[in-house]
Amino acid sequence: MSADDEKPISRLAKLLGGFVAARAAMRAARSRGTPPPPAPESEVDPRKRVVPSNRRAEGVVAVLLVIAAAFACAFTVIYIVLSGNTQLLGVAMGGSLLLLAAACIVAGKFVVPQETHVEDRGVLLDEEQTEEVVEMIEAGGEGISRRAILIGAGGAAGAALLTAAATPLASLGPTLASLHQTPWARGVRLVDDQGRPYLAGEIQIGSFYTALPEGKDPESFGAGLLVVRLPAEFVHLPAARRTWAPSGILAYSKICPHAGCAISLYRYPTYGPTSQEPAFTCPCHYSTFLPGEGGRLIFGPAGRALPQLPLMIDSSGYLRAAAGFHEDIGPSWWGVHRAQS
Amino acid sequence: MNVVERYVHRRFERVSRTAEQRVGMAAGIRWALRYVFPDHWSFLLGEIALYSFMVLVGTGIFLTLYYIPSDSEVIYHGSYPLLQGAQMSEAYRSVLNLSLSVPAGLLFRQVHHWAADVFIASIVLHLVRVFFTGAYRKPRDLNYFVGLTMLMLAILEGFAGYSLVDDLLSGMGLAIAYSVALSIPFIGGQLATLIWGGPFPGNSTFWPRLEIVHVLLIPAALAVLITIHLVMIMRQHHSQFPGPGRRERNVVGTPMWPAYALRSVGLMLAVAGVLFLLGGLVQINPIWQWGPYHPYLSENGAQPDWYIGWLIGALRLMPNWELVIAGRTVIPNPFWGGAAFPLFVFGVLFAWPAVERRITRDARRHDLLDRPRDRPVRTAIGAAFLSWVVIVFAVGSTDRIFYRLGVAYTTQIHVWRVGIWVLPILIFFITRSACRSLQRSGSHPLRAWQGSVVRRRPDGRLEVLTDSPDTVVPPATEPPLGTAPGRE
Repeated sequence: MSADDEKPISRLAKLLGGFVAARAAMRAARSRGTPPPPAPESEVDPRKRVVPSNRRAEGVVAVLLVIAAAFACAFTVIYIVLSGNTQLLGVAMGGSLLLLAAACIVAGKFVVPQETHVEDRGVLLDEEQTEEVVEMIEAGGEGISRRAILIGAGGAAGAALLTAAATPLASLGPTLASLHQTPWARGVRLVDDQGRPYLAGEIQIGSFYTALPEGKDPESFGAGLLVVRLPAEFVHLPAARRTWAPSGILAYSKICPHAGCAISLYRYPTYGPTSQEPAFTCPCHYSTFLPGEGGRLIFGPAGRALPQLPLMIDSSGYLRAAAGFHEDIGPSWWGVHRAQS
Repeated sequence: MNVVERYVHRRFERVSRTAEQRVGMAAGIRWALRYVFPDHWSFLLGEIALYSFMVLVGTGIFLTLYYIPSDSEVIYHGSYPLLQGAQMSEAYRSVLNLSLSVPAGLLFRQVHHWAADVFIASIVLHLVRVFFTGAYRKPRDLNYFVGLTMLMLAILEGFAGYSLVDDLLSGMGLAIAYSVALSIPFIGGQLATLIWGGPFPGNSTFWPRLEIVHVLLIPAALAVLITIHLVMIMRQHHSQFPGPGRRERNVVGTPMWPAYALRSVGLMLAVAGVLFLLGGLVQINPIWQWGPYHPYLSENGAQPDWYIGWLIGALRLMPNWELVIAGRTVIPNPFWGGAAFPLFVFGVLFAWPAVERRITRDARRHDLLDRPRDRPVRTAIGAAFLSWVVIVFAVGSTDRIFYRLGVAYTTQIHVWRVGIWVLPILIFFITRSACRSLQRSGSHPLRAWQGSVVRRRPDGRLEVLTDSPDTVVPPATEPPLGTAPGRE
């Protein structure tokens, strides 16, 4: 290569290209001393080496690199001037990276020497060496007579230490008793998510309401309730639950007993002859429960009915829990208390 | 050489000598520069995964600097008007501020999210390639196990990542994860309360735990496994498809330096570039629209990131079986779809190399890949198994299909509860016969037309002008390295 009166950019590209080529040539020259072993029993020799002298490709690479630099500069400018417009920043950074990628790929395909090389895999399992290694390791135990005792004692020490190291994991979790607790108990008033107590009179047929326990932590799993009012024709509660739905108002845990999502779909018949009975549906896996029949499951994967909370209406007309839940709310587990049915 | 080139050359040589005098690695570097990569587009899938991981680490460091792992309840007074005055966790607020107030914060968050989706997608495609070409056979079976382990970790990592945000969508995901943990027979209660520090939504220590799992424990494990994966590959060399001059004992392809290095760096930059374009232009997980999570709230039509879709599908497809013995719920329902199903899928994948060795009685070392058609039964089993998993995955979007096409949700579930068993069997037989027919015809299913160009001559006879360029000559069969079964 000779210095001529080209633009500095293409000179830079040439410099880089020349440098790469020089190194490759040196490597090739050095490796010529020990030629790679011929591919055994190969009818074709795929080895080849082509040194392209492609000035146009070099120019393309240079142009790509310059535009990539411009995009990268644009990123900095956009960051400062437009205080980080996400779209423009993405285009600038992504564009710069893609242009650099294009430059690399063009250079890799058309500028540098193209070579197909054959390399021998060699063996992985060397029988002699493997045996030697096994012998060397076993030689370390030469002269030990009470091998079994030592191995046994060492194993015991190791196992005990591992157990000791794992024990503190238990301090991460509390006891299981908390899984049975909910904030609901006799007399707890139902409030909405702003803390406003619900009057029985505001519960409309055809809508559903989310209720929380007054003065308790709304974030606890058992806090959320679904409240609906059903006309008498849809209410078919078991005998033991006759008193749980004053004025046709029913409350259920909002947490699906399948996988713990909050149930947030309520279907109410808008036209009797074609519509189905009122039902709650969980939006995660579509377990569907009948509020009129004590939360019985009619579709979906939940393994239990939706837990019902007995309600009462106090003298001022507010909704209150008549008791706590009679079973565990939330997803099932080994020790879950299921409803008696 | 001009002056500058000579100067650079001298500098470079001096630096090399300085380094050599201290670490003496020239032989190793020389070996690495001549390391041969066989050329096939499908070998790049693993590289895409590797480069996505790099983007994940880079963008993730940026995000870590802003994230606050805390469930303290705060009132939002940030720049997003629709959430003004909303009660939310500090974690969610920190991600809102990162997205809406930190310059380039949203870009990095979206690039990170896209990179996670691409990362796992490319691992899965890489796995599919490895399976259907038989690349998991000895000596690469060990590396195949490492890869499967990384896939499991990657799915966990992705789930932990989007759960950290504590928006409504991720809170629902965590509730389901909690139910699955809770559903493990006998120990589920202890395990779930151990992880969450109490009953869901857990106590305040859960958030630092989840963060440290996401930003340190799993990434460190992945980094170690990636290193093992690559070192093992380099020791064994890449596998290759059969072709002219390609043998069990050799590897034919482009040496690392310079052409392959440039092309691979190009691929790395292209992966990063596409991810930045996606992150800048294609919105992903707009958390300000979901709002903060509270256990008593949920969102309709919620869908997880794609790699959790198969678990949602399994949970939805499962009938409501719950094994209860003497009042004890031995197997709660979420266990089937959320734990048993993925464990079974990974169990089959882990067991497959040994199963195949047992069936084919072939314990030899294989460095030449199979074309899928040349192993019709394996390909058919793989296609059937893949379709089984893909159907479950597709069931995860039944609600969206109802929404778009109006096919009743319940009908879809009832159909798929049968289809999940029928369709894979059909696919097995179709694939097997397709493989055999391709083997016979010697044509390639994806390349152009097959056949010949003919011309009718004046005397009425047909004259063949050219054969299809895509008529592939079946490779000469060659015994793999090692002669005695069971030995190398």
